[in-house]
Amino acid sequence: MSDQVYLLLRHREIPDLDRLEVYRQNEGFQGFEKALQMKPADVVQQVKDSGLRGRGGAGFPTGLKWSFLPNNLWPHYVVANADESEPGTFKDREILERNPLQFLEGLMIACYAVQANTGYIYLRGEFWQIAAWLDEKIAELEQAGLLGDRILGTDYSLRLYTHLGAGAYICGEETALLESLEGKLGQPRLRPPFPAVEGLYGKPTVINNVETLSNLPVILGKGNSFYRQYGTDRSPGTKIFCLSGRVNRPGNYELPLGRTFRELIYEHGGGILEDGKIKAIMSAGASSTLIVADEKALDTPMTYEMTDALGAPLGSASVIILDETVDMKWLVHKTVSFFRHESCGKCTPCREGTYWMNHITRRLNSGQPNPEDVELLVDVAREIQGKCLCALGEFSTMAVLSGIEKFRSDFNGS
Amino acid sequence: MANQVTLTIDDLTVTVPEGTLVVDAARKAGIDIPVFCYHPKMEPVGMCRMCLVQVGRPMVDRATGQPVLDADGQPKIQFSPKLETSCTIPVSEGMVIRTNTPEVLRAHRDIIEFLLTSHPLDCPICDKGGECPLQDLTRAYGPGQSRFLLDDKMRLAKHVPLGELIYLDRERCILCARCIRFQDEIVDEPVLSFYHRGRSMQIVTYSDPPFDSYFSGNTTDICPVGALTTADFRFAARPWELKNNASICTQCPVGCNTTLNTRREVKSGGKWVVKRVMPRQNELVNEIWICDKGRFGYHYAESGERILSPHVRKEQGLVPVSWDEALDLVEQRLRQAGAGTVTLAGGRLANEDLFNLAQVTDHLGGRKLLHTQVGGGEYVQRYGLGKGSNLGELGKGDAILVIASDLQEEAPVWWLRVKRAADRGAALMVLNPRPTRLDPYARFIHHYRYGEELEALGRLAAGEGELAEAAEALRSAENLVIFYGSEGLGLAETTALAREAAGLLAGSGRAGKVNSGLIGVWQQNNTLGAYDMGFRPEADLAGALSGSGLAWIAAADPAGDHPALEAALKQAGFLVVQDLFMTRTAQMADVVLPAQAFTEREGTFTSGERRVQRFYPAVAAPPGPLADFSIAARVGLRVGIELEGASAATVMLRIAASVPAYAGLDYALISEVSEQWPIIGREDRYYGGTGYDNHQGLGVQLQPDAVTDPDGEVSIAMAAPAPLQVPEGAVYLAPVTRLYDQGLTLKPSMKIVGQRMARREVWLNPETAARLGFGAASLVTLEGEGWTASGVEIRVDEQLPPDVLLAPRSVGIPATGPEAVRLRPLVTEPEA
Amino acid sequence: MNAFHAKYQTEIEQILAKYPPERKRSAVMPLLFLAQRDDNYISPNELADIAEILEMSVTDVASVVGFYTLFYDQHEGRYRIQVCTDLPCALRGAETFFEALCKELGVSSGGTTPDGLFTIEEVKCLAACHRAPVFQVQGDGEIAYYENQTAETALQVIAALREKAVQEARSREGAA
Ligand SMILES: Cc1cc2nc3c(=O)[nH]c(=O)nc-3n(C[C@H](O)[C@H](O)[C@H](O)COP(=O)(O)O)c2cc1C
Ligand code: SF4
Ligand code: FES
Repeated sequence: MSDQVYLLLRHREIPDLDRLEVYRQNEGFQGFEKALQMKPADVVQQVKDSGLRGRGGAGFPTGLKWSFLPNNLWPHYVVANADESEPGTFKDREILERNPLQFLEGLMIACYAVQANTGYIYLRGEFWQIAAWLDEKIAELEQAGLLGDRILGTDYSLRLYTHLGAGAYICGEETALLESLEGKLGQPRLRPPFPAVEGLYGKPTVINNVETLSNLPVILGKGNSFYRQYGTDRSPGTKIFCLSGRVNRPGNYELPLGRTFRELIYEHGGGILEDGKIKAIMSAGASSTLIVADEKALDTPMTYEMTDALGAPLGSASVIILDETVDMKWLVHKTVSFFRHESCGKCTPCREGTYWMNHITRRLNSGQPNPEDVELLVDVAREIQGKCLCALGEFSTMAVLSGIEKFRSDFNGS
Repeated sequence: MANQVTLTIDDLTVTVPEGTLVVDAARKAGIDIPVFCYHPKMEPVGMCRMCLVQVGRPMVDRATGQPVLDADGQPKIQFSPKLETSCTIPVSEGMVIRTNTPEVLRAHRDIIEFLLTSHPLDCPICDKGGECPLQDLTRAYGPGQSRFLLDDKMRLAKHVPLGELIYLDRERCILCARCIRFQDEIVDEPVLSFYHRGRSMQIVTYSDPPFDSYFSGNTTDICPVGALTTADFRFAARPWELKNNASICTQCPVGCNTTLNTRREVKSGGKWVVKRVMPRQNELVNEIWICDKGRFGYHYAESGERILSPHVRKEQGLVPVSWDEALDLVEQRLRQAGAGTVTLAGGRLANEDLFNLAQVTDHLGGRKLLHTQVGGGEYVQRYGLGKGSNLGELGKGDAILVIASDLQEEAPVWWLRVKRAADRGAALMVLNPRPTRLDPYARFIHHYRYGEELEALGRLAAGEGELAEAAEALRSAENLVIFYGSEGLGLAETTALAREAAGLLAGSGRAGKVNSGLIGVWQQNNTLGAYDMGFRPEADLAGALSGSGLAWIAAADPAGDHPALEAALKQAGFLVVQDLFMTRTAQMADVVLPAQAFTEREGTFTSGERRVQRFYPAVAAPPGPLADFSIAARVGLRVGIELEGASAATVMLRIAASVPAYAGLDYALISEVSEQWPIIGREDRYYGGTGYDNHQGLGVQLQPDAVTDPDGEVSIAMAAPAPLQVPEGAVYLAPVTRLYDQGLTLKPSMKIVGQRMARREVWLNPETAARLGFGAASLVTLEGEGWTASGVEIRVDEQLPPDVLLAPRSVGIPATGPEAVRLRPLVTEPEA
Repeated sequence: MNAFHAKYQTEIEQILAKYPPERKRSAVMPLLFLAQRDDNYISPNELADIAEILEMSVTDVASVVGFYTLFYDQHEGRYRIQVCTDLPCALRGAETFFEALCKELGVSSGGTTPDGLFTIEEVKCLAACHRAPVFQVQGDGEIAYYENQTAETALQVIAALREKAVQEARSREGAA
């Protein structure tokens, strides 16, 4: 049995890692201190070279994203995306609750790299206690001279603040998040301009996921060759896989990128509940394309590039397992009703399309569908595609179209 | 000038300035891309997704940076994998846009289908039916049939009052946010917003009063469906039954271009009646907006209280008589009075009326007086905006000074344009005795004490103290526009203020310059035209009237305005009044001559920006009343001067021949139009809204005297006012203007705007009120110079400066300028 | 200074200090949470006071309340029992759990117990999918998670909250 590798979930091996002295005894803030000795541009370069890709869903190269910030427009901001609202995702929460200092250190490195003097942490409203917890930690870091003015005797100053959302999945989308942070409705902005150029308060802004940021202390502290020994060439490092659904041991599993679904589900997750038979995998939460859990799929290594080959993105690696007890009609209604509830309402196809699909999927599950309903559902989903302002609308069609295509029999006779 | 960019749209080669959006570039080329959320006056948001097109860009070789060429040596075009919203992408060189491929048309159909899923399709009972973008676009692009089950349809409230003026039908709303963005971006009164999210989203207002804005009606024009309707027009008529008649708003000196929509109605005996007032595009004046007073305040013209025949005073009082009988008497008395004739005209009259009145008066050797509390027109004639000016062009590098004016109350669309100029970067300086709604956009705000406006202006001119920076901005500005108003001021004070402001402008070498000049914020729409026709205000109006052999009053109600004037009129040898209504003055008259309303005739007004604009008849006049210029012509004929009484156009030719500033003007010139941007009001109503485009004239701006006669001078007999002394126990009263006043022309619109009308109340700082011994809401009697007003309510406002009492004009408090008044607890004897 | 500002002066200053002074509007969500602290809803007066503090229109503040599901402008239960019945939890019995809980409390989804203490509702994913069934309690200005629940354990949580409310009422009476 292959083991998990704890670069991010180090608290699982080191008790009390959330305490500053323990964290410092365990290489804590070495990455940040190293960064402070480097030119900011060199920090960006090192992160570029590390190959780190965003863990928030899109897998965009982190260093590259940072390099887009113009140097003639100030101030710069960094915002940590701790909105974690994709159904099936619960990894950022574990980092924040158990290993908060590593996350904060990562955020501090990102801030230094782009020379931001203010960083915000946008947490979903339900993480109310976590926000209070982070506030405590931030205060401790200020006490210790790691945050505040002229950090560790350098010219660099930095303040971090938490900010709570209040129940809106769309605020995980980076431009909606910025709107929300500015006190407005969480509705996505037009792009371009991208946040790197016009972000928070119209200023150049980096937005990174909690897990992405938590990689930085490792990359800076231990170097790229250490980091790159995990994962694949195009997907270096480890990834926290959130395993949920019909498995015996749901939970977070930190594995190098490139391990197979089979390993995750059967070795770590302990197999299917009640010895059932696996039917499908969702790799990116409710936004997933359904993967038929055949042998080929199970043996596919989980990386950004390999899952693309399955026609399904890795996303935030929120792996929801479906077994034979799951009726895809029901599943599709579940996902659609989620997106209907969370559609921000700004653009027509998502707002109206999710509302309409929700009616159809409900009817499909009512036992009294109309004969044309399945075709209509496919049509409506296709009509949504390619027309929305942000990805949410697109996400709402994923399970629908792949579900009907791959599990048609679940829809027959309904 | 911006760089030009050339692109291809549906095989048409188009060249437009850099920064133009694809949707606008297409529009300029005559290609209509359908839109719902996009509006050319607002920032694009890309919400509705209706305007999706295929976008191709020339491929560029990454290594060389050179365009990749195809076999024919043409640049290779790469089309983006997804359709893009044409309302959000600026053009770029070599771009190729396709607006009519099957894929694009399919996308249009899909969006329409989505919009219709939760739309009630109640076109047959919808006010917008017939001019509805959704209806039009559904016919053009939509699916023939709905696949959405009726049972699944949203049922939402259909008659939600967003305040008394505007109603919302929640079912019809397509959530394009145009109304929200208009209030937010253009007006900066964010009183509308979304509530909930997703398909549950709804438009709400939480302001007090609800939908608290003077511009609310505009949202009904730009709403692309029948979701927003006005209380005035909803259920009133179908758009296709309406005729369009060009007009000019008569409510303030901005001179907004309007269209009066009329319909023949059975309940009016088959007569044409005005059903609504709509904005008519004039980018130089009001763009495509009007204020709510202009939109809802027209009802006076159709009021049942109109005077329909001439009246002559007999034993039993005023009795209706024939025109001949009335004119016989007028002729006889005029001949007797001769040079003792005093003609007092109001600024509501058209230029043609004023010209004929002036001719008759001059012929008799009488005096031409103007009834106004705002003076200084002579300075505006000389130093007004240079010909070719456009407030819409002011921006970075320019300066605007507003002094003694609550501009939003006095002239809302000027407020809007000044605010927009400030948005574009113009340095706005506001000098006022109290905070106003213009302050948030001002770069420099100076609050002086009531009565110290001249000192404040002097300090600015001298660049003293805290005004040094403002003075510098003023000096270095490319263009300078100065607005002076009548906040707390009367005739003498405004005249003095105009002189100082003119001096500031001329002293900086900007006299006559395009986009620079002096603007008086008049209380009436054509005060400036009255100046041009030779009428002048008189400081001692009461003296002039009481000493007159005959007082001929047109479109003014001096007796209603002030007891002293009423008393003076009693002394006049004979009183002739021409008006629409039996005003207090008319009731005292010896002869009353009924005049036509502006909706029933034609003529021209000269706006505060010195633009001569033409209005047209919209409805037939009732038998009886005549146009004021016709009345004057008939009177003239009888006293021996031949004037044009039938054709307003001919009167204008006479004006052109004898008033130098109007030389060369005729109706054809005033009616000229040129292409305006944005293009609105055609078949493509989804683009700019249901406002009307302008086929009837953009008007002609007059050249200021400073240009035509550089050596001339302004001479005014009026003495500068002495500073007001407030005796012990009295308080300084400052008259102020409220948009919804209780004036004659607004009262008939009471049922619409009544709740927002200025009340019989005065405003004080709470400490001042306490010092005077009154609390909020107490009722008092005011005693001024020669008048008392009782039953006046005290209102307190912490924002007001101490020791001054603000009294709205036209609510029955006769003060015409700053005055020292005494307050007594209300005595319930009838008012004097 | 308006009533709300006076009541939470220190907290408000602290919140405002997080954002650039010309970007006060950013504080709207934190202030709304503050307003919800005492009775789990935002009253019209609080709405107006927040608008004044942040120089926003009341409509814009209300609009924020309307968009986000954790804000309420209606007075409902002092505690909101929010059970996740979203897909991952539903795969692990959350829907049955929710129904059982509703039945025990004698209210239907979205309903409030007769004592006005508890409103029970279904919510979307709470980031606790691996510990389903799960619910959170929103009330008294806090949000607390309860994971790996059964109807019995949930009822114990509810009983404890009810006890707390009873005690408080008693001590208030005692004080009065
Ligand atoms: C509808 C939607 C929801 C999202 N939710 C989250 C989220 O909860 N957390 C997150 O980190 N990223 C989320 N994202 C991705 C972010 O937009 C953004 O890509 C990410 O925060 C970037 O961080 P990274 O580069 O570190 O991955 C979401 C995106 C979309 C379209
Ligand atoms: S896709 Fe949905 S969530 Fe995204 S902007 Fe459109 S309506 Fe909002
Ligand atoms: S998205 Fe372009 S017009 Fe609405």
